[in-house]
Amino acid sequence: MIGVLILRDLRRGFTGAAWLPVAFFLLVATLVPFAVGPDAPLLARIGSGVLWVAALTAALLPIDRLIEPDRADGVLDQLLLHGVAEESVAFAKVVAHWLSFGPLLIVAAIAASALLAMDGQSLARTELALAIGTPGLAALAVAVAALTAGLPRAGSLAGLLLLPLAVPLLIFGAANALPLEAAVSLLLTAGAPFVAGAAIRAART
Amino acid sequence: MTLLRFEQVTLRRGGRTLFEGLDLALGAGECLRVSGPNGSGKSSLIRLAAGLLRAETGQVERSRLALADDHVALDRELPLRRALGFWGGAGDAMAAFGIAHLADVPVRLLSSGQIKRATLARVAGSGAPLWLLDEPLNALDTDAAERLSVAIGRHLSLGGAVLAASHQPLPGDWPVVELGA
Repeated sequence: MIGVLILRDLRRGFTGAAWLPVAFFLLVATLVPFAVGPDAPLLARIGSGVLWVAALTAALLPIDRLIEPDRADGVLDQLLLHGVAEESVAFAKVVAHWLSFGPLLIVAAIAASALLAMDGQSLARTELALAIGTPGLAALAVAVAALTAGLPRAGSLAGLLLLPLAVPLLIFGAANALPLEAAVSLLLTAGAPFVAGAAIRAART
Repeated sequence: MTLLRFEQVTLRRGGRTLFEGLDLALGAGECLRVSGPNGSGKSSLIRLAAGLLRAETGQVERSRLALADDHVALDRELPLRRALGFWGGAGDAMAAFGIAHLADVPVRLLSSGQIKRATLARVAGSGAPLWLLDEPLNALDTDAAERLSVAIGRHLSLGGAVLAASHQPLPGDWPVVELGA
């Protein structure tokens, strides 16, 4: 059933606006050279940090579509009646969410690195850090989406919740401290399904 | 064989006691209608029976069940057959509820009555012995109500059980449990 759920969420992600977070990511990367001026050495120095901030904000975009539609439509209730635990639902959503934005983001980072005058070596390091960090980011997004599902102004609240929690990912990712980055990402990925599962249960009225 | 049993169940929601010390049992071939004014806890009782709510005190035992409430729980962009297929498909039940000709129509284009028929077909096609129906007559026309009562009759004769919450009488002979406001 988890496989079926992942496929369903992927289909919904890609028939919906899967390109939106990536477009947003590229847009932020485009704005920075305009904001700081065409100073190639400066851009190259801040490039990896910019990519991380862009990735973080891009991951926020689809957050209100992750859990809330399924909660409001009774899909989460029916899944429980079909014997799928909330944690399994959340795990499937983490996997599907990462698959629908992680790989695209990693490809888009190649284009963004050109805009930021980054050299091949620092691009490769950033790509590796993004590959390690984005699963943690996806897990965090699902957990926050579950915590805020059904609340008024859930979108802005989700941003306030997610961004501080993503700071460790950002620090270790931008500093290229890959073992620490991997540890944080693993912790988030492993913990998020339980947080999201409990939140889904608590939201049931 | 008992398919659903409430023992001294108390349900409190938002600081208000909806019912207290409720006992009920549904065996094979039995049906029961939960009645009562708006806000008396009919839907909550159904959700409690489904295991979606927890009882404050008391025990609820349930067998495998299927639930039709006012949530659609069908992917709106998919054709009806595929949307129902996600839940295991409704097969013959689509014809029984008169929606077989809508199989290739996206769910978002269906009327509320057609969607209600689809959620009932999902329950009928689920193979679960216990059906929980919350306001099953909402949005149904007389033809669909007739089809529902045929489907319920067949389910009961096959040893199933049906618990329905409805403020209006359902076609056929239903024992009633009345909840106070």
